[in-house]
Amino acid sequence: MAKAKDKLAILRGTLDVLVLRSVSARPLHGFEISLWLDEQSEGALEIDDSALYQALHRLEAKKLLQGAWGISENNRRARYYRLTPAGRRQLTEQTNRWDEIVRAVNRILRPA
Amino acid sequence: MSINRFFRRGRWDDERARELEAHLAIETDDNIARGMSPSAARAAARRKLGNPTLVREEIYQMNTIGFLDSAWRDLRYGARLLRLNPAFALVAILSLALGVGANTAIFQLLDAVRLRTLPVNEPQQLMEIRIADTTGGRTGQFSGRRPSLTNPLWERIRDRQQAFSSAFAWSGAPFNLTTGGEARYAQGLWVSGDFFGTLGVPAVAGRVLTADDDRRGCAAPPAVIGHGFWQREYGGNPAAIGRRLMLNGHAYEIVGVTPPSFFGVEVGRAFEVAVPLCAEPLSRGERSGLDKSDVWFLAAFGRLKPGWTVERASAQLAAISGPMFQETLPPRYRAEDAKRYLTFKLGAFDAATGVSSLRRNYESPLWLLLATTGLVLLIACANLANLMLARATAREREVAVRLAIGASRWRIVRQLLSESLLIAAVGAVCGAILAQWLSRFLVGFLTSANSPIFVNLAFDWRTFAFTAALAVATCLVFGLMPALRVTGTAPGAAMKAGSRGSSDTRERFGLRRVLVVFQVALSLVLVVGALLFVRSLRNLMTVDAGFRQDGLLVVNLDLGKAGIPVERRTAVHDDITSRLSALPGVTSGAHAFIVPVSGSGWNEKVIVNGARQPDNVNFNGVSADYFKTMGTPMLNGRAFNAQDTLASEKVVIVTEGFARKYFPNQNPVGQMFQVEEGAGAPRPYLKIVGVVKDTKYTDLREPFTPLVFQPTSQNDEPDTFLQVVLRTAAPLATITSEVSAAVAAFSPSIVTQFQTMESQVRDSLLRERLMATLSGLFGGLAALLATIGLYGVMSYMVARRKNEIGIRMALGADRAHVVRMVLREAAILLAAGVATGLVIAVVAARTATTLLFGLQPGDPGTLAMAAGGLALVAMLASYLPALRASRLEPTEALRED
Repeated sequence: MAKAKDKLAILRGTLDVLVLRSVSARPLHGFEISLWLDEQSEGALEIDDSALYQALHRLEAKKLLQGAWGISENNRRARYYRLTPAGRRQLTEQTNRWDEIVRAVNRILRPA
Repeated sequence: MSINRFFRRGRWDDERARELEAHLAIETDDNIARGMSPSAARAAARRKLGNPTLVREEIYQMNTIGFLDSAWRDLRYGARLLRLNPAFALVAILSLALGVGANTAIFQLLDAVRLRTLPVNEPQQLMEIRIADTTGGRTGQFSGRRPSLTNPLWERIRDRQQAFSSAFAWSGAPFNLTTGGEARYAQGLWVSGDFFGTLGVPAVAGRVLTADDDRRGCAAPPAVIGHGFWQREYGGNPAAIGRRLMLNGHAYEIVGVTPPSFFGVEVGRAFEVAVPLCAEPLSRGERSGLDKSDVWFLAAFGRLKPGWTVERASAQLAAISGPMFQETLPPRYRAEDAKRYLTFKLGAFDAATGVSSLRRNYESPLWLLLATTGLVLLIACANLANLMLARATAREREVAVRLAIGASRWRIVRQLLSESLLIAAVGAVCGAILAQWLSRFLVGFLTSANSPIFVNLAFDWRTFAFTAALAVATCLVFGLMPALRVTGTAPGAAMKAGSRGSSDTRERFGLRRVLVVFQVALSLVLVVGALLFVRSLRNLMTVDAGFRQDGLLVVNLDLGKAGIPVERRTAVHDDITSRLSALPGVTSGAHAFIVPVSGSGWNEKVIVNGARQPDNVNFNGVSADYFKTMGTPMLNGRAFNAQDTLASEKVVIVTEGFARKYFPNQNPVGQMFQVEEGAGAPRPYLKIVGVVKDTKYTDLREPFTPLVFQPTSQNDEPDTFLQVVLRTAAPLATITSEVSAAVAAFSPSIVTQFQTMESQVRDSLLRERLMATLSGLFGGLAALLATIGLYGVMSYMVARRKNEIGIRMALGADRAHVVRMVLREAAILLAAGVATGLVIAVVAARTATTLLFGLQPGDPGTLAMAAGGLALVAMLASYLPALRASRLEPTEALRED
């Protein structure tokens, strides 16, 4: 139990920005986001669905995403999420930050 | 943590549920598309998602404010439990409502009488101006409710004071609204010009009085009326302004109306009409006090200048006092009185809460009553605590399970407490409603026609805070202890099959015993208090007053407007008295200067055998048939007769107390003494011609004092006031109309007022009646609660010891033995409670010494009566469970787990 929680704790902030990225192009529903993340990371990241839904809720509460019910391709009801302007701004900011963090960590781990 | 989300959390949760369902459906479809069988697809999807409820819970936690959420749940759960136990809920809420209601009602009254400041501008700047130290007494004529100053003194204060930005003087008096016949009085005030200005009271219609209205010799003075008076007499019509108002036979023009919240500066009085002080001679005529330095009838207030303190103001007033008192020294003063007068110094005193005779007379009884109701509430809480303990014990298993699966102790205590809080809150709300009714009843009880009480019983923030504090306190008192107890047991022990819970251990049962003993002790204290006050009242009502109280009518006649010259007055008084005495139904009649127990008094110093006696002696002026009418037996000598005239030798009749004190071991008849008059006045010798039995003077509570009676026929300064006493057996309505007719036939301008001696005496005993009634009520309530508590504990004890009782009966104990066993338990508890209670009662009763009459606080008869009565009732209450225990079938009892 503790170990999984640790993993989640590290990833929570990152998961948020990943989710924002996933809907940056067009609105997706929860399952589609999970699939997209799986494909884009080529299976390296295993996204826990419950963590995903928590992240979606969090982001919606912060008004970075906006959710609305719609019909999926298979004629199923699903809740679609799309990026708000504030969310887009947050995505840009967080992406830049991520770059900085990576650069900094790399400088330490792989000194040129 | 958005508040919005908190209130919508239910809806959010529904959405999440649907969303997760949708997710599962879509993933299942996807899996089927990949070739899994439908059941395998669904299973795989569910495995991947995990527990949807867990997800929902996590998200719910994000939305909620944990504390509020769980508190709300607890309250709903508590409400449901109460609904399922309506009997318990009713008993609990009722006993709390009674306790809280009684406390709040008394507090409201105390708040209005003691704590609230006057509803005027900046009341904390108001100071009262009066003589700082009047020990040794003042001499002269005193009238009005607060006779601190004379008018000559006031005029000098007004002109010379420097500490106050403005100051005013006032005197309260009843103003007669009729012009003859039976009087109808309004609560009136003579006020100096700056009254309204200093207080900062505006007019809601017209204008208020100003300094211009108060010039000496005013002939057409204006009047300002109060809002309530305006509504009652003029229906709130604005055309009332400018109308003429007859007061004491003189016309005043109404110029304004004050706001509804203004009641003057005396707490407990209503403000009905105010006229300028210069108009006082118009009502009083030759008795006017404006120019007399020995007529005390005014009180004065001032508003402190900014930057001045009360000490500095007092110092300034003391500094200007000397010349003021010298200039106003009354010429008729005796040497000793003059010496004392010249030592008086003025001072300033806080007056933010106004002045009040209501406060003076009732403040300590009210505090005592508050303590009493506090005790009643404690007893009710002890009852509730016992009840809650019993219920909590019944839920021990439930609590144990909760503890075992991970609830923290604090969480469960919180839940149990919120149930208590619910009961406390509902009880407090009901109590607040009850309090409104009860406090109105109290004010109604205290009011009488002669001195109507007007108290603003608004439910203000202080009362609300008091009630809320009571609710929280009671909740903690009766809720916390059982909650802590029940959650303190180890869950394992509680859950063991066949366990009777730990309530049956010696220790737990001991707690309930202590509670019951506590209840019995407290209720004994209250019962003792109630008995003391009831017996005190009875003593007062049956005290020998020295005259017959029943069937005596007092008629007050004001002949001021009849224009009778001084020399004819005595004859007129006698004429009226004989006419009234001749009416059918009247056995005998007389007139007197002072009627007993009326609040008036007159005293002098006497000189016996040339030696000036240090004590004051009370005097009265009465007509010949006075003692016959009053029913006071003549012990020696003769009554006054027609031979006692202005020209003949001055005679007096004295009481036996006077004779014993000043002429011991001699025949008082024939002895002579003098009255100490002022310098230069003649001091005639007065001869005692008769001795009567001791009689009460101003107050039934005082011991008999030496009294001297002078004949009215020898009075050379007869008054325009006449007080006739009539002994009659006729019904009140008949006799008053006959008297009114007879007086009107004599002269229609005479104003009459009626009162029976019985009601006068009853009014004077108002305080004792209040204490007796209320403490009796609360004492009874306390005894009832304690008895219920004892009954409850005994029943519980019997229920829990069924096994033991069954065994005993099987081994040969008979019914009587079982009954004795139970009663013995009850008797031990009762004895402990009574013993503790007696000790507390004796100590506590000391605080009420001043309110008792004819009784000592530690009166053994009362203590014995209270203890005996309570014990009897309690034992009767315990008999029922005992009987039930004896009726048990042994086999049935043994079968009980």
